Amino acid sequence: MSLFDDFLIRAGLAGIGVALAAAPLGSFVVWRRMAYFGDATAHAAILGVALALALDISVFATVLVAALAMAGTVSMLAGRTHAMDTLLGVIAHAALAFGLVAVAFLRGVQFDLAAWLFGDILAVGRADLATIWIGTVLVLGLLWWRWNALLTATLNADLAYASGIDPRREQLVLTLALALVVAVAIKVVGVLLIGAMLIIPAAAARPFASTPERMAGIAVLIGMASVLGGLQLAYTFDTPTGPTIVCVATGLFAVSSLSGRKHR
Amino acid sequence: MNLVEISRLSVVLGQQTVLSNVDLSITPGEIVTIVGPNGSGKSTLLRAIIGAVTPAHGRITRQPGLRIGYVPQKLHIDPTLPLTVRRFLGLPTPVPEPAAQAALTRAGAGDLMTRPMTGLSGGQFQRVLLARALLGDPQLLILDEATQGLDQPGSAAFYATLETVRHELDCAVLMVSHELHVVMAASDRVICLNTHVCCHGAPEHVASAPEYRALFGSGTHGALALYRHEHDHVHDETCGHDHDHSHEPAQ
Repeated sequence: MSLFDDFLIRAGLAGIGVALAAAPLGSFVVWRRMAYFGDATAHAAILGVALALALDISVFATVLVAALAMAGTVSMLAGRTHAMDTLLGVIAHAALAFGLVAVAFLRGVQFDLAAWLFGDILAVGRADLATIWIGTVLVLGLLWWRWNALLTATLNADLAYASGIDPRREQLVLTLALALVVAVAIKVVGVLLIGAMLIIPAAAARPFASTPERMAGIAVLIGMASVLGGLQLAYTFDTPTGPTIVCVATGLFAVSSLSGRKHR
Repeated sequence: MNLVEISRLSVVLGQQTVLSNVDLSITPGEIVTIVGPNGSGKSTLLRAIIGAVTPAHGRITRQPGLRIGYVPQKLHIDPTLPLTVRRFLGLPTPVPEPAAQAALTRAGAGDLMTRPMTGLSGGQFQRVLLARALLGDPQLLILDEATQGLDQPGSAAFYATLETVRHELDCAVLMVSHELHVVMAASDRVICLNTHVCCHGAPEHVASAPEYRALFGSGTHGALALYRHEHDHVHDETCGHDHDHSHEPAQ
Protein backbone atom coordinates (compact mmCIF):
# COMPACT_ATOMS: atom_id res chain seq x y z
CA MET A 1 0.00 0.00 0.00
CA SER A 2 2.81 2.41 0.83
CA LEU A 3 4.48 1.72 -2.50
CA PHE A 4 1.22 2.57 -4.23
CA ASP A 5 0.98 5.87 -2.40
CA ASP A 6 4.53 6.60 -3.29
CA PHE A 7 4.09 6.45 -7.06
CA LEU A 8 0.93 8.55 -6.96
CA ILE A 9 2.72 11.12 -4.83
CA ARG A 10 5.66 11.09 -7.22
CA ALA A 11 3.26 11.59 -10.11
CA GLY A 12 1.56 14.47 -8.31
CA LEU A 13 4.86 16.13 -7.50
CA ALA A 14 6.08 15.68 -11.06
CA GLY A 15 2.89 17.20 -12.46
CA ILE A 16 3.01 20.14 -10.07
CA GLY A 17 6.62 20.77 -11.05
CA VAL A 18 5.69 20.85 -14.73
CA ALA A 19 2.67 23.11 -14.09
CA LEU A 20 4.85 25.50 -12.09
CA ALA A 21 7.28 25.96 -14.95
CA ALA A 22 4.88 25.64 -17.89
CA ALA A 23 2.19 28.09 -16.75
CA PRO A 24 4.25 31.31 -16.48
CA LEU A 25 6.24 30.45 -19.59
CA GLY A 26 2.98 29.58 -21.33
CA SER A 27 1.73 33.07 -20.51
CA PHE A 28 4.59 34.48 -22.57
CA VAL A 29 3.83 31.99 -25.33
CA VAL A 30 0.24 33.30 -25.38
CA TRP A 31 1.21 36.99 -25.20
CA ARG A 32 3.77 36.64 -27.97
CA ARG A 33 1.56 34.38 -30.10
CA MET A 34 4.16 31.64 -30.11
CA ALA A 35 1.81 28.68 -29.70
CA TYR A 36 3.03 26.98 -32.85
CA PHE A 37 6.59 27.73 -31.86
CA GLY A 38 6.00 25.85 -28.61
CA ASP A 39 4.54 22.92 -30.51
CA ALA A 40 7.44 22.77 -32.95
CA THR A 41 9.93 22.81 -30.09
CA ALA A 42 8.03 20.05 -28.32
CA HIS A 43 7.73 17.89 -31.41
CA ALA A 44 11.46 18.11 -31.99
CA ALA A 45 11.89 16.40 -28.64
CA ILE A 46 11.04 13.02 -30.17
CA LEU A 47 14.22 13.37 -32.23
CA GLY A 48 16.04 13.94 -28.97
CA VAL A 49 14.51 10.79 -27.54
CA ALA A 50 15.68 8.78 -30.56
CA LEU A 51 19.17 10.20 -30.13
CA ALA A 52 19.24 9.37 -26.44
CA LEU A 53 18.18 5.76 -27.10
CA ALA A 54 20.69 5.34 -29.92
CA LEU A 55 23.60 6.71 -27.90
CA ASP A 56 22.36 5.36 -24.60
CA ILE A 57 22.65 8.70 -22.83
CA SER A 58 20.33 10.88 -20.78
CA VAL A 59 17.03 11.75 -22.45
CA PHE A 60 16.92 15.09 -20.65
CA ALA A 61 20.15 16.29 -22.28
CA THR A 62 19.35 15.17 -25.82
CA VAL A 63 15.79 16.48 -25.68
CA LEU A 64 17.13 19.81 -24.47
CA VAL A 65 19.61 19.92 -27.35
CA ALA A 66 17.01 18.89 -29.95
CA ALA A 67 14.52 21.47 -28.70
CA LEU A 68 17.14 24.21 -28.70
CA ALA A 69 18.30 23.23 -32.19
CA MET A 70 14.72 23.37 -33.41
CA ALA A 71 14.06 26.75 -31.83
CA GLY A 72 17.30 28.10 -33.25
CA THR A 73 16.52 26.82 -36.74
CA VAL A 74 13.06 28.34 -36.74
CA SER A 75 14.29 31.70 -35.44
CA MET A 76 16.99 31.77 -38.10
CA LEU A 77 14.76 30.84 -41.04
CA ALA A 78 11.74 32.91 -40.07
CA GLY A 79 10.74 35.68 -42.43
CA ARG A 80 13.18 34.81 -45.20
CA THR A 81 11.15 32.98 -47.79
CA HIS A 82 8.12 31.69 -45.89
CA ALA A 83 5.84 33.16 -43.28
CA MET A 84 6.46 32.01 -39.73
CA ASP A 85 3.34 29.86 -39.45
CA THR A 86 4.06 28.07 -42.74
CA LEU A 87 7.61 27.40 -41.65
CA LEU A 88 6.48 26.10 -38.27
CA GLY A 89 3.85 23.94 -39.94
CA VAL A 90 6.58 22.33 -42.02
CA ILE A 91 9.22 21.99 -39.34
CA ALA A 92 7.02 20.89 -36.45
CA HIS A 93 5.54 17.99 -38.35
CA ALA A 94 8.81 17.16 -40.05
CA ALA A 95 10.53 16.91 -36.67
CA LEU A 96 7.84 14.59 -35.41
CA ALA A 97 7.91 12.44 -38.54
CA PHE A 98 11.69 12.18 -38.67
CA GLY A 99 11.79 11.46 -34.97
CA LEU A 100 9.31 8.61 -35.34
CA VAL A 101 11.21 7.18 -38.32
CA ALA A 102 14.51 7.47 -36.46
CA VAL A 103 13.07 5.62 -33.50
CA ALA A 104 11.88 2.82 -35.79
CA PHE A 105 15.49 2.12 -36.75
CA LEU A 106 16.35 1.33 -33.15
CA ARG A 107 15.01 -2.19 -33.25
CA GLY A 108 17.10 -3.59 -30.46
CA VAL A 109 15.95 -0.99 -27.97
CA GLN A 110 12.91 -1.41 -25.82
CA PHE A 111 10.72 1.54 -26.61
CA ASP A 112 7.24 2.51 -25.61
CA LEU A 113 6.24 5.04 -28.25
CA ALA A 114 2.94 5.98 -26.60
CA ALA A 115 4.76 6.89 -23.39
CA TRP A 116 6.88 9.45 -25.20
CA LEU A 117 4.02 10.83 -27.26
CA PHE A 118 1.49 11.09 -24.43
CA GLY A 119 3.62 10.87 -21.32
CA ASP A 120 3.75 8.31 -18.56
CA ILE A 121 3.43 10.26 -15.37
CA LEU A 122 2.73 7.18 -13.27
CA ALA A 123 6.14 5.77 -14.19
CA VAL A 124 8.03 8.82 -12.92
CA GLY A 125 10.92 7.61 -10.75
CA ARG A 126 12.95 9.39 -8.11
CA ALA A 127 15.61 10.42 -10.63
CA ASP A 128 12.96 11.71 -13.04
CA LEU A 129 11.42 13.69 -10.23
CA ALA A 130 14.77 15.26 -9.39
CA THR A 131 15.32 16.16 -13.06
CA ILE A 132 11.87 17.71 -13.33
CA TRP A 133 12.31 19.87 -10.25
CA ILE A 134 15.80 20.99 -11.21
CA GLY A 135 14.43 21.99 -14.61
CA THR A 136 11.47 23.76 -13.01
CA VAL A 137 13.72 25.73 -10.67
CA LEU A 138 15.94 26.69 -13.62
CA VAL A 139 12.97 27.90 -15.69
CA LEU A 140 11.46 29.85 -12.80
CA GLY A 141 14.85 31.34 -12.03
CA LEU A 142 15.31 32.44 -15.65
CA LEU A 143 11.85 34.00 -15.78
CA TRP A 144 12.28 35.67 -12.39
CA TRP A 145 15.62 37.13 -13.40
CA ARG A 146 14.46 38.49 -16.76
CA TRP A 147 10.78 39.12 -15.95
CA ASN A 148 10.53 42.88 -16.52
CA ALA A 149 12.86 42.82 -19.51
CA LEU A 150 10.88 39.95 -21.03
CA LEU A 151 7.62 41.79 -20.51
CA THR A 152 8.98 44.98 -22.04
CA ALA A 153 10.34 43.12 -25.06
CA THR A 154 7.00 41.31 -25.40
CA LEU A 155 5.14 44.61 -25.32
CA ASN A 156 7.16 46.33 -28.03
CA ALA A 157 10.66 45.78 -29.40
CA ASP A 158 11.37 49.50 -29.83
CA LEU A 159 10.31 50.31 -26.28
CA ALA A 160 12.73 47.62 -25.16
CA TYR A 161 15.59 49.03 -27.22
CA ALA A 162 14.93 52.52 -25.89
CA SER A 163 15.22 51.13 -22.36
CA GLY A 164 18.51 49.45 -23.17
CA ILE A 165 17.02 45.96 -23.49
CA ASP A 166 17.90 43.81 -26.49
CA PRO A 167 14.69 41.99 -27.48
CA ARG A 168 16.69 39.36 -29.38
CA ARG A 169 18.40 38.40 -26.17
CA GLU A 170 15.08 38.12 -24.38
CA GLN A 171 13.79 35.93 -27.20
CA LEU A 172 16.79 33.71 -26.59
CA VAL A 173 15.97 33.51 -22.87
CA LEU A 174 12.42 32.43 -23.70
CA THR A 175 13.69 29.88 -26.20
CA LEU A 176 16.00 28.39 -23.60
CA ALA A 177 13.20 28.29 -21.04
CA LEU A 178 10.92 26.64 -23.58
CA ALA A 179 13.49 23.94 -24.35
CA LEU A 180 13.88 23.32 -20.61
CA VAL A 181 10.13 22.98 -20.12
CA VAL A 182 9.91 20.54 -23.02
CA ALA A 183 12.72 18.45 -21.56
CA VAL A 184 11.04 18.52 -18.17
CA ALA A 185 7.48 17.86 -19.33
CA ILE A 186 8.10 15.10 -21.87
CA LYS A 187 7.93 12.39 -19.20
CA VAL A 188 4.72 13.80 -17.74
CA VAL A 189 2.51 14.71 -20.71
CA GLY A 190 4.57 13.61 -23.74
CA VAL A 191 5.59 15.58 -26.81
CA LEU A 192 2.11 15.89 -28.28
CA LEU A 193 0.54 17.46 -25.20
CA ILE A 194 3.29 19.78 -23.92
CA GLY A 195 1.77 22.58 -25.98
CA ALA A 196 -1.48 22.10 -24.07
CA MET A 197 0.24 22.46 -20.70
CA LEU A 198 1.78 25.72 -21.91
CA ILE A 199 -1.24 27.33 -23.53
CA ILE A 200 -4.39 26.14 -21.79
CA PRO A 201 -3.72 27.24 -18.19
CA ALA A 202 -2.49 30.66 -19.38
CA ALA A 203 -5.49 31.13 -21.66
CA ALA A 204 -7.85 30.05 -18.88
CA ALA A 205 -6.27 32.57 -16.50
CA ARG A 206 -6.67 35.54 -18.82
CA PRO A 207 -10.28 36.56 -17.98
CA PHE A 208 -9.45 36.78 -14.26
CA ALA A 209 -6.22 38.73 -14.50
CA SER A 210 -5.56 42.47 -14.59
CA THR A 211 -1.77 42.29 -14.60
CA PRO A 212 0.72 39.91 -16.25
CA GLU A 213 1.90 38.66 -12.86
CA ARG A 214 -1.60 37.77 -11.77
CA MET A 215 -2.23 35.97 -15.05
CA ALA A 216 0.91 33.86 -14.58
CA GLY A 217 -0.03 33.15 -10.96
CA ILE A 218 -3.59 32.11 -11.76
CA ALA A 219 -2.25 30.00 -14.64
CA VAL A 220 -0.03 28.14 -12.17
CA LEU A 221 -3.02 27.40 -9.96
CA ILE A 222 -5.10 26.23 -12.94
CA GLY A 223 -2.20 24.09 -14.15
CA MET A 224 -1.81 22.46 -10.74
CA ALA A 225 -5.54 21.88 -10.40
CA SER A 226 -5.53 20.24 -13.84
CA VAL A 227 -2.66 17.94 -12.88
CA LEU A 228 -4.18 16.84 -9.58
CA GLY A 229 -7.71 16.59 -10.99
CA GLY A 230 -6.45 14.70 -14.02
CA LEU A 231 -4.50 12.24 -11.87
CA GLN A 232 -7.58 11.61 -9.74
CA LEU A 233 -9.90 11.10 -12.73
CA ALA A 234 -7.40 8.92 -14.60
CA TYR A 235 -7.10 6.73 -11.52
CA THR A 236 -10.86 6.54 -11.05
CA PHE A 237 -11.79 5.85 -14.67
CA ASP A 238 -8.58 4.07 -15.69
CA THR A 239 -7.89 6.51 -18.54
CA PRO A 240 -4.46 7.58 -19.87
CA THR A 241 -3.13 10.14 -17.40
CA GLY A 242 -1.50 12.75 -19.67
CA PRO A 243 -4.57 13.19 -21.90
CA THR A 244 -6.85 13.22 -18.84
CA ILE A 245 -4.83 16.10 -17.36
CA VAL A 246 -5.23 18.02 -20.61
CA CYS A 247 -8.98 17.28 -20.64
CA VAL A 248 -9.37 18.71 -17.13
CA ALA A 249 -7.36 21.80 -18.13
CA THR A 250 -9.61 22.25 -21.15
CA GLY A 251 -12.68 21.96 -18.93
CA LEU A 252 -11.32 24.71 -16.69
CA PHE A 253 -10.58 26.78 -19.78
CA ALA A 254 -14.18 26.42 -20.97
CA VAL A 255 -15.57 27.42 -17.57
CA SER A 256 -13.23 30.40 -17.41
CA SER A 257 -14.13 31.56 -20.92
CA LEU A 258 -17.83 31.37 -20.20
CA SER A 259 -17.65 33.17 -16.85
CA GLY A 260 -15.20 35.67 -18.34
CA ARG A 261 -17.74 36.50 -21.02
CA LYS A 262 -20.42 37.02 -18.39
CA HIS A 263 -18.14 39.55 -16.62
CA ARG A 264 -18.06 41.64 -19.77
CA MET B 1 28.63 67.87 -25.26
CA ASN B 2 25.86 66.96 -27.69
CA LEU B 3 23.30 64.46 -26.48
CA VAL B 4 23.38 62.60 -29.76
CA GLU B 5 25.88 62.92 -32.55
CA ILE B 6 25.16 61.22 -35.87
CA SER B 7 27.66 61.29 -38.67
CA ARG B 8 27.26 59.96 -42.19
CA LEU B 9 24.62 57.48 -41.12
CA SER B 10 23.30 55.03 -43.68
CA VAL B 11 20.73 52.37 -42.93
CA VAL B 12 19.81 49.53 -45.26
CA LEU B 13 16.69 47.48 -44.54
CA GLY B 14 16.43 44.41 -46.74
CA GLN B 15 17.57 45.63 -50.14
CA GLN B 16 16.47 49.18 -49.62
CA THR B 17 18.59 52.11 -48.56
CA VAL B 18 16.35 53.85 -46.07
CA LEU B 19 18.79 56.45 -44.84
CA SER B 20 21.85 57.72 -46.62
CA ASN B 21 24.59 59.96 -45.32
CA VAL B 22 22.60 61.58 -42.56
CA ASP B 23 24.34 64.00 -40.23
CA LEU B 24 22.54 65.23 -37.14
CA SER B 25 23.39 66.43 -33.69
CA ILE B 26 21.14 67.27 -30.82
CA THR B 27 22.18 69.69 -28.11
CA PRO B 28 20.67 69.75 -24.61
CA GLY B 29 17.31 71.45 -24.35
CA GLU B 30 16.56 72.07 -28.02
CA ILE B 31 13.47 71.00 -29.94
CA VAL B 32 14.23 69.35 -33.26
CA THR B 33 11.49 68.21 -35.60
CA ILE B 34 11.87 65.85 -38.50
CA VAL B 35 9.49 66.31 -41.39
CA GLY B 36 9.35 64.37 -44.63
CA PRO B 37 7.02 62.36 -46.84
CA ASN B 38 5.96 58.79 -46.07
CA GLY B 39 8.79 56.32 -46.42
CA SER B 40 11.42 59.01 -46.10
CA GLY B 41 13.15 57.26 -43.20
CA LYS B 42 11.89 59.44 -40.35
CA SER B 43 10.95 56.59 -38.04
CA THR B 44 14.05 54.65 -39.03
CA LEU B 45 16.21 57.58 -37.97
CA LEU B 46 14.55 57.64 -34.54
CA ARG B 47 14.85 53.89 -34.25
CA ALA B 48 18.54 54.11 -35.11
CA ILE B 49 19.02 56.61 -32.29
CA ILE B 50 17.41 54.33 -29.71
CA GLY B 51 19.51 51.43 -31.02
CA ALA B 52 16.74 49.40 -32.66
CA VAL B 53 18.35 49.37 -36.12
CA THR B 54 21.97 48.80 -36.92
CA PRO B 55 23.69 51.32 -39.19
CA ALA B 56 25.15 50.05 -42.45
CA HIS B 57 27.63 52.92 -42.41
CA GLY B 58 28.35 55.87 -40.22
CA ARG B 59 28.22 56.37 -36.50
CA ILE B 60 25.72 57.24 -33.83
CA THR B 61 27.29 58.50 -30.66
CA ARG B 62 25.11 58.92 -27.62
CA GLN B 63 26.31 60.83 -24.61
CA PRO B 64 27.38 58.20 -22.08
CA GLY B 65 24.49 57.39 -19.75
CA LEU B 66 22.05 59.39 -21.86
CA ARG B 67 18.49 59.07 -20.52
CA ILE B 68 16.04 58.72 -23.40
CA GLY B 69 12.26 58.82 -23.12
CA TYR B 70 10.72 57.21 -26.19
CA VAL B 71 7.13 57.52 -27.39
CA PRO B 72 6.62 55.09 -30.28
CA GLN B 73 4.48 55.74 -33.32
CA LYS B 74 1.98 53.10 -32.43
CA LEU B 75 1.87 50.51 -29.74
CA HIS B 76 -0.33 47.50 -30.21
CA ILE B 77 -1.04 45.73 -26.95
CA ASP B 78 -2.19 42.19 -27.52
CA PRO B 79 -5.57 41.65 -25.84
CA THR B 80 -4.20 38.47 -24.26
CA LEU B 81 -1.77 40.58 -22.22
CA PRO B 82 -3.51 42.07 -19.18
CA LEU B 83 -1.86 45.36 -18.33
CA THR B 84 -2.98 48.24 -16.15
CA VAL B 85 -1.61 51.73 -16.65
CA ARG B 86 0.15 51.36 -13.29
CA ARG B 87 1.90 48.17 -14.38
CA PHE B 88 2.77 49.58 -17.80
CA LEU B 89 4.53 52.54 -16.20
CA GLY B 90 6.69 50.13 -14.19
CA LEU B 91 8.12 48.44 -17.29
CA PRO B 92 10.97 47.71 -17.36
CA THR B 93 11.94 49.59 -14.20
CA PRO B 94 9.50 49.39 -11.27
CA VAL B 95 8.54 52.86 -10.04
CA PRO B 96 7.06 53.88 -6.70
CA GLU B 97 3.42 54.93 -6.70
CA PRO B 98 4.01 58.69 -6.14
CA ALA B 99 6.47 58.88 -9.06
CA ALA B 100 4.02 57.08 -11.33
CA GLN B 101 1.20 59.40 -10.25
CA ALA B 102 3.37 62.48 -10.77
CA ALA B 103 4.30 61.40 -14.30
CA LEU B 104 0.66 60.72 -15.17
CA THR B 105 -0.45 64.06 -13.80
CA ARG B 106 2.30 65.81 -15.69
CA ALA B 107 1.20 64.13 -18.91
CA GLY B 108 -2.40 65.10 -18.26
CA ALA B 109 -3.57 61.59 -17.46
CA GLY B 110 -3.71 61.79 -13.67
CA ASP B 111 -6.92 59.80 -13.26
CA LEU B 112 -5.97 56.78 -15.36
CA MET B 113 -3.68 54.89 -12.94
CA THR B 114 -5.85 51.81 -12.41
CA ARG B 115 -7.33 51.55 -15.91
CA PRO B 116 -6.46 48.68 -18.26
CA MET B 117 -4.32 49.80 -21.18
CA THR B 118 -6.62 48.23 -23.75
CA GLY B 119 -9.59 50.30 -22.52
CA LEU B 120 -7.99 53.71 -23.14
CA SER B 121 -9.00 56.12 -25.87
CA GLY B 122 -6.40 57.18 -28.43
CA GLY B 123 -5.67 60.44 -26.65
CA GLN B 124 -5.45 58.81 -23.22
CA PHE B 125 -3.16 56.12 -24.59
CA GLN B 126 -0.73 58.67 -26.04
CA ARG B 127 -0.68 60.55 -22.75
CA VAL B 128 0.12 57.37 -20.85
CA LEU B 129 2.93 56.66 -23.33
CA LEU B 130 4.21 60.18 -22.69
CA ALA B 131 3.97 59.64 -18.92
CA ARG B 132 6.07 56.49 -19.20
CA ALA B 133 8.66 58.32 -21.28
CA LEU B 134 8.89 61.01 -18.57
CA LEU B 135 9.51 58.58 -15.73
CA GLY B 136 13.25 58.21 -16.09
CA ASP B 137 13.75 62.01 -16.00
CA PRO B 138 14.87 61.99 -19.64
CA GLN B 139 17.47 64.31 -21.12
CA LEU B 140 16.04 63.58 -24.53
CA LEU B 141 12.40 62.89 -25.39
CA ILE B 142 11.89 61.11 -28.70
CA LEU B 143 8.38 61.15 -30.16
CA ASP B 144 7.44 59.39 -33.37
CA GLU B 145 4.25 60.94 -34.71
CA ALA B 146 2.84 60.94 -31.23
CA THR B 147 -0.49 62.45 -32.28
CA GLN B 148 -1.22 60.10 -35.12
CA GLY B 149 -4.87 59.12 -35.01
CA LEU B 150 -5.88 61.99 -32.72
CA ASP B 151 -8.35 64.61 -33.87
CA GLN B 152 -7.31 68.23 -34.17
CA PRO B 153 -8.26 69.36 -30.62
CA GLY B 154 -6.77 66.18 -29.13
CA SER B 155 -3.56 66.73 -31.00
CA ALA B 156 -3.36 70.40 -30.04
CA ALA B 157 -3.95 69.50 -26.40
CA PHE B 158 -1.21 66.87 -26.57
CA TYR B 159 1.31 69.33 -27.94
CA ALA B 160 0.32 71.90 -25.33
CA THR B 161 1.06 69.31 -22.65
CA LEU B 162 4.35 68.44 -24.30
CA GLU B 163 5.34 72.10 -24.31
CA THR B 164 4.66 72.43 -20.57
CA VAL B 165 6.47 69.21 -19.78
CA ARG B 166 9.48 70.27 -21.76
CA HIS B 167 9.74 73.50 -19.83
CA GLU B 168 9.47 71.67 -16.52
CA LEU B 169 12.03 68.99 -17.33
CA ASP B 170 14.23 71.16 -19.52
CA CYS B 171 14.90 68.21 -21.81
CA ALA B 172 15.65 68.12 -25.50
CA VAL B 173 12.88 66.92 -27.80
CA LEU B 174 13.33 65.09 -31.07
CA MET B 175 10.08 64.40 -32.84
CA VAL B 176 8.58 63.36 -36.10
CA SER B 177 5.43 65.26 -36.90
CA HIS B 178 3.10 65.92 -39.76
CA GLU B 179 1.44 68.79 -37.98
CA LEU B 180 3.25 71.54 -39.75
CA HIS B 181 1.72 74.38 -37.75
CA VAL B 182 3.04 72.76 -34.56
CA VAL B 183 6.39 72.07 -36.14
CA MET B 184 6.87 75.60 -37.26
CA ALA B 185 5.64 77.16 -34.02
CA ALA B 186 7.50 75.02 -31.53
CA SER B 187 10.73 73.81 -33.11
CA ASP B 188 14.16 75.30 -32.72
CA ARG B 189 15.28 73.38 -35.76
CA VAL B 190 13.53 71.48 -38.51
CA ILE B 191 15.09 68.70 -40.51
CA CYS B 192 13.50 67.87 -43.79
CA LEU B 193 14.26 64.25 -44.57
CA ASN B 194 13.84 62.25 -47.72
CA THR B 195 16.29 59.36 -47.26
CA HIS B 196 18.96 62.03 -47.07
CA VAL B 197 18.72 65.37 -45.29
CA CYS B 198 17.16 67.70 -47.89
CA CYS B 199 17.49 70.81 -45.85
CA HIS B 200 17.66 71.78 -42.22
CA GLY B 201 17.73 74.84 -40.05
CA ALA B 202 15.33 77.21 -38.36
CA PRO B 203 11.68 76.58 -39.25
CA GLU B 204 11.40 79.68 -41.40
CA HIS B 205 14.52 78.80 -43.28
CA VAL B 206 13.34 75.27 -44.02
CA ALA B 207 9.85 76.36 -44.99
CA SER B 208 11.22 78.67 -47.64
CA ALA B 209 13.78 76.18 -48.99
CA PRO B 210 13.03 74.97 -52.52
CA GLU B 211 13.76 71.34 -51.52
CA TYR B 212 11.08 71.52 -48.88
CA ARG B 213 8.54 73.00 -51.28
CA ALA B 214 9.37 70.41 -53.87
CA LEU B 215 8.59 67.69 -51.33
CA PHE B 216 5.49 69.11 -49.77
CA GLY B 217 3.97 70.78 -52.79
CA SER B 218 1.56 73.64 -52.88
CA GLY B 219 -1.13 72.06 -50.68
CA THR B 220 1.09 72.05 -47.65
CA HIS B 221 2.50 75.35 -48.57
CA GLY B 222 -0.97 76.80 -48.54
CA ALA B 223 -1.54 75.45 -45.04
CA LEU B 224 1.79 76.84 -43.96
CA ALA B 225 1.03 80.25 -45.37
CA LEU B 226 -2.25 80.21 -43.53
CA TYR B 227 -0.41 79.33 -40.39
CA ARG B 228 2.10 82.10 -40.84
CA HIS B 229 -0.65 84.54 -41.32
CA GLU B 230 -2.11 83.48 -38.00
CA HIS B 231 1.22 83.41 -36.34
CA ASP B 232 2.23 86.85 -37.42
CA HIS B 233 -0.86 88.39 -36.03
CA VAL B 234 -1.66 86.41 -32.94
CA HIS B 235 1.60 86.15 -31.06
CA ASP B 236 4.01 88.04 -33.16
CA GLU B 237 7.17 88.53 -31.16
CA THR B 238 10.14 86.99 -32.82
CA CYS B 239 8.97 86.53 -36.33
CA GLY B 240 8.58 90.10 -37.48
CA HIS B 241 11.51 89.63 -39.84
CA ASP B 242 9.43 87.08 -41.60
CA HIS B 243 7.73 89.73 -43.64
CA ASP B 244 10.72 90.35 -45.88
CA HIS B 245 10.74 86.69 -46.95
CA SER B 246 8.73 85.45 -49.81
CA HIS B 247 5.41 85.32 -48.13
CA GLU B 248 2.52 84.16 -50.17
CA PRO B 249 -0.93 84.60 -48.72
CA ALA B 250 -3.19 81.64 -48.12
CA GLN B 251 -5.23 80.73 -51.11
